[in-house]
Amino acid sequence: MGKTIAEKIFEAHIVDRPVPETAVINLDAVFCHEITTPAAILDLKARGKKGVFDPSKIKAVIDHVTPAKDSKTATQGLILRNWAKEEGIKDFFDIGRNGVCHAIFPEKGFARPGYTIIMGDSHTCTHGAFGAFAAGVGTTDLEVGILKGVCSFQLPGTIKINITGKPASGVYSKDIILSIIKMLGVNGATDRVIEFTGEVVDAMTMEERMTLCNMAIEAGGTSGICYPDRITAEYLWDFIKDDYESVDEAVEDFRKWISDSDAEYVREISFDVSELEPVATFGYKPDQVKTIRELEGTEINQVYIGSCTNGRIEDLREAAKVLRGKKIADSVRGIVSPATPDIFKAALKEGIIDVFMEAGFCVTNPTCGACLGMSNGVLAEGEVCASTTNRNFNGRMGKGGMVHLMSPASAAAASLTGVITNSPLYTGRE
Amino acid sequence: MKKFDGKAIFLDRNDINTDEIIPAKYLTEVTKAALKPYLLEDLKLEGFSTEQLADRNAVITKENFGCGSSREHAPWALEVNDINIVIAASFARIFRQNMYNCGMLAVELPEENIDELFRTFGGSGCSVKTDLENQKIKFISGNTELEYEFNISGFNKDLVKAGGWVEYADTRY
Ligand code: SF4
Repeated sequence: MGKTIAEKIFEAHIVDRPVPETAVINLDAVFCHEITTPAAILDLKARGKKGVFDPSKIKAVIDHVTPAKDSKTATQGLILRNWAKEEGIKDFFDIGRNGVCHAIFPEKGFARPGYTIIMGDSHTCTHGAFGAFAAGVGTTDLEVGILKGVCSFQLPGTIKINITGKPASGVYSKDIILSIIKMLGVNGATDRVIEFTGEVVDAMTMEERMTLCNMAIEAGGTSGICYPDRITAEYLWDFIKDDYESVDEAVEDFRKWISDSDAEYVREISFDVSELEPVATFGYKPDQVKTIRELEGTEINQVYIGSCTNGRIEDLREAAKVLRGKKIADSVRGIVSPATPDIFKAALKEGIIDVFMEAGFCVTNPTCGACLGMSNGVLAEGEVCASTTNRNFNGRMGKGGMVHLMSPASAAAASLTGVITNSPLYTGRE
Repeated sequence: MKKFDGKAIFLDRNDINTDEIIPAKYLTEVTKAALKPYLLEDLKLEGFSTEQLADRNAVITKENFGCGSSREHAPWALEVNDINIVIAASFARIFRQNMYNCGMLAVELPEENIDELFRTFGGSGCSVKTDLENQKIKFISGNTELEYEFNISGFNKDLVKAGGWVEYADTRY
């Protein structure tokens, strides 16, 4: 019997099998941010534990609230900053060099095929786009990961989603993943890895694959995962060129992280995207998804373009295509947050920042910001936001606020009219 | 080991997420104790108010409890309110592991048992008695008593007994 990519990765990392259904695996990377890590650091200190399993495998960033908005968030940053220094963690990204964790860490080449990665953040599944097993964990798992370099997982079965067809123009990776979550439901993939395969994924850029894997957790999934291929190797080339003679050789080596054709799945789904239209969420659960057409006319107060889901350069480019030479509606506040400094610089160079500013958007520094309603764009009671983020829970962006999740192009379109509306980039099915 | 007995509160909804259990704006707290007043602050549920939590030690709820964010602040907020056990038809993975990692108990019961509990005690409330060793859990109100067996892996049971994953891992890895 063949194996899935997740099974192969587990097999290569197993340290202990305390019971048949649980594996303790060693970790190739532990990612940290300032919200969930300080409690782990303080607990380690309280227990008198110094040291980390391997400072070169720990990566840390201040991203959720940056610059600090008050004394409490300043203290969280301080704890992380001091600890990184004490423990000799070189890959620590402080203000000016920081970006949203799941955007900056891949950009630095920290996620690689075959890796095991944990972070105290549920959207860690994003890094599965590189053919890694990457899972969000709580602070205690993070703490043990930091100290011992291991983590326990119930062995996850895999749901394979074979994505086929040809998406219409104006239909994005975000529309595909929202539609998949609608199909699976918010707990349809609990204790499962979601393997995204098929011709549509094969043709996707790494950015698009990250958007796809980012939202695996919204269906309850432990990790999203894509097969590593030439696109992965080219994206990572600067970081792996000492390990391989050529991109071809890297691609060949990555093949060991592809599921066998006779691998066993919990569920196999074929998902045709040819008929898909741009979609958005309504309500407070990410599986409550309708077409933009059905939601057309819903009034909005704020548009937020950014986050680990859709704050990358391609996302800003698509939004800018919609906004170029136009002004946002008087009734709308537009906020864009390029997810990393490199994305910000690229957007500046390409004139995209100009487009946003001419349209009337506020451009913020790279940060999670409004995504989790902690800073930079909190909604007032009763306000509505068209957002490129990944979570529409009640209160997520501010108490009493409503968030409609959608693609950057759809969010940009909403900013121009003040209501949910299809973007001009969606020209319908051919 | 923590205590897994006491009076239960019934939360009649699927998919109660960690933002509802403890809103993100309180994640700036670095001590568990500071979370106490905010447990379930954003939960909108008919007949529910946070004052009801005062004398409760257990939560009984439906499917997919604890979905969403990985924040361990969710089990911590329960813990500092003296709630060490949640009984549900199912849990989100990260929340469930966080519970065991904190030496707390997530008990998954089949949907028909959960429905029976809501039918029998949903109105009046009940108290819970847990026998972790034998994996049995009893729900009692007046003369009415329901008892079920539950599954928990030997590994997660060991975590709960050890007081959590740090204690467990420290001696082994
Ligand atoms: S952008 Fe939003 S979802 Fe992503 S890591 Fe930050 S807070 Fe979490």
